[in-house]
Amino acid sequence: DDKLLTEPLSHPDFFSVKELFTLKDLFDARVHLGHKKGCRHRFMEPYIFGCRLDQDIIDLDQTMQHLQLALNFTAHVAYRGGIILFVSRKRQFCHLVESTARACGEYAHTRYWQGGLLTNAHVQFGPGVRLPDLLVFLSTLNNVFEPHVAIRDAAKMSIPTVGVVDTNCNPCLITYPIPGNDDSPAAVELYCKLFRMTIIRAKDKRRQSEAVEELR
Amino acid sequence: TLRLICTTTAVQRKNARASGPEKYTEAFIKKQIEEFNLGKRHLANMMGEDPETFTQEDIDRAIAYLFPSGLFDKQARPMMKHPTEIFPEQRKIQWGEDGRPFHFLFYTGKQSYYSLMHETYEKFLNVQKHQDQLIAEDLPLQKEKRNLAGSRWLTKIELEEMLLEKLSDDDYSRFIQLLQKLVALPCADIEESYIQKFSKELPVQLQEVVIEPLQYDEQGKAFSTGEGKRKTARATAVVYDNGTGKITVNGADILHYFPVLQDREQLLFPFQFLGRIGKHDMVCTVSGGGRSAQAGAIRLASAKALRSFVTEKEVECMRQAGLLTVDPRVKERKKPGQEGPRRKFTWKKR
Repeated sequence: DDKLLTEPLSHPDFFSVKELFTLKDLFDARVHLGHKKGCRHRFMEPYIFGCRLDQDIIDLDQTMQHLQLALNFTAHVAYRGGIILFVSRKRQFCHLVESTARACGEYAHTRYWQGGLLTNAHVQFGPGVRLPDLLVFLSTLNNVFEPHVAIRDAAKMSIPTVGVVDTNCNPCLITYPIPGNDDSPAAVELYCKLFRMTIIRAKDKRRQSEAVEELR
Repeated sequence: TLRLICTTTAVQRKNARASGPEKYTEAFIKKQIEEFNLGKRHLANMMGEDPETFTQEDIDRAIAYLFPSGLFDKQARPMMKHPTEIFPEQRKIQWGEDGRPFHFLFYTGKQSYYSLMHETYEKFLNVQKHQDQLIAEDLPLQKEKRNLAGSRWLTKIELEEMLLEKLSDDDYSRFIQLLQKLVALPCADIEESYIQKFSKELPVQLQEVVIEPLQYDEQGKAFSTGEGKRKTARATAVVYDNGTGKITVNGADILHYFPVLQDREQLLFPFQFLGRIGKHDMVCTVSGGGRSAQAGAIRLASAKALRSFVTEKEVECMRQAGLLTVDPRVKERKKPGQEGPRRKFTWKKR
């Protein structure tokens, strides 16, 4: 039992997350495209490669590292049976994100965020609710271009966050930021595909390990 | 097993705080169902009927017999119904033993409403995809006009009952807008069965007034019947063709039954209006009301009977003359604190 939980932590990449994506995939999905220079957030400057004709280009090498860390973390959370909540307030991708969550067997919230969802959960849902163990943001901004309330609430409730931060977003309170484009359909479809594959891989590995343990 | 490190601890509630609407446990509902079945058998025995074949209608009749009540509100009278009809359906606990919720949209708060929106949007995308395929193959798009006038969408309360969840007006209007968008697409016939779950048939408001055809008795004479009412009087009239203008009321001649000229004028008015005074015979029965009321009732009944003998234009003339309208005036009730329906008590200055 103990071995099931401690064994994955000894490897740096137990779930071989690096094989799921390449630099070329990210480039083809237009992940490196940021917003215009005027929209740039101060804290995103370390992640930006350069500026071409007033449009910011995100450094894909850094994106690769951050993405690998984030996917590895989600895989570990899914392996230990944690609740993962996908959050996005982009109306274009609401249906896609909800379908991805359903396919993984995890949860999604792409609608209006009621204030006390995480902080006042016992009153809203009922006593004995289990809060999500990981929040995944496909877009950190809400419809008014302000940081999503869930980032602050998750930080208050000590829930780790993984988020795709664009050049106009604030990456401060997010535990595993992924600098990248969050507006193109191709990019968001790529992220959904990657998250779905990691979670399914992690759950399958868990079932296999449990089966192997039971046989002994 | 998993080592759950709970991030939040359950908060102890103070007794003074009001909890939400009373939640019925499953055990309570089960006990109520057992008691209901037992009571049903006792009731059947009391009424001397077979306990096995005792239906809900028999129960209602038995209760109305054993506990007669003069209350006007049906909901206030004693009733014995199955517990599922009395206790409203409620939400059970939404998560399993390990704490994971069952529904993937649980953390939104309004899971059934948002899952409904998700499904409807999926149907919308399906229809669009189908449309694109048809356009790509250069096939014509189907455009059979769906009858919009004959149906209405579900009301907000009906939708709330369906989803077992509270909705806001904004949510409801958004859902209806999405459904309307879906219906507006040309190829929406594919998802017809899904759309019909949310639309209801409107009952037809207007009723066509059917003018009955003439009937013929043994001698070959044409006749037709009509019914009329006025205040508390009810009358039926049978008008025969090829007659002499004789009118019989309750077996007696018109001169004996209605000594006053005004009542006889009322009876003759329909015939005088159509110019057929000497051409029809009439036999009528009348009960209730007073002298004038009975005359008015027979007038209406004879006018209705005459519709079958006459052209449509003349029927329209009769209607405009007021011969075919039921007079709605009845005696107004006396109110407390007044002497009559309108008359107040004499006002004394001191």
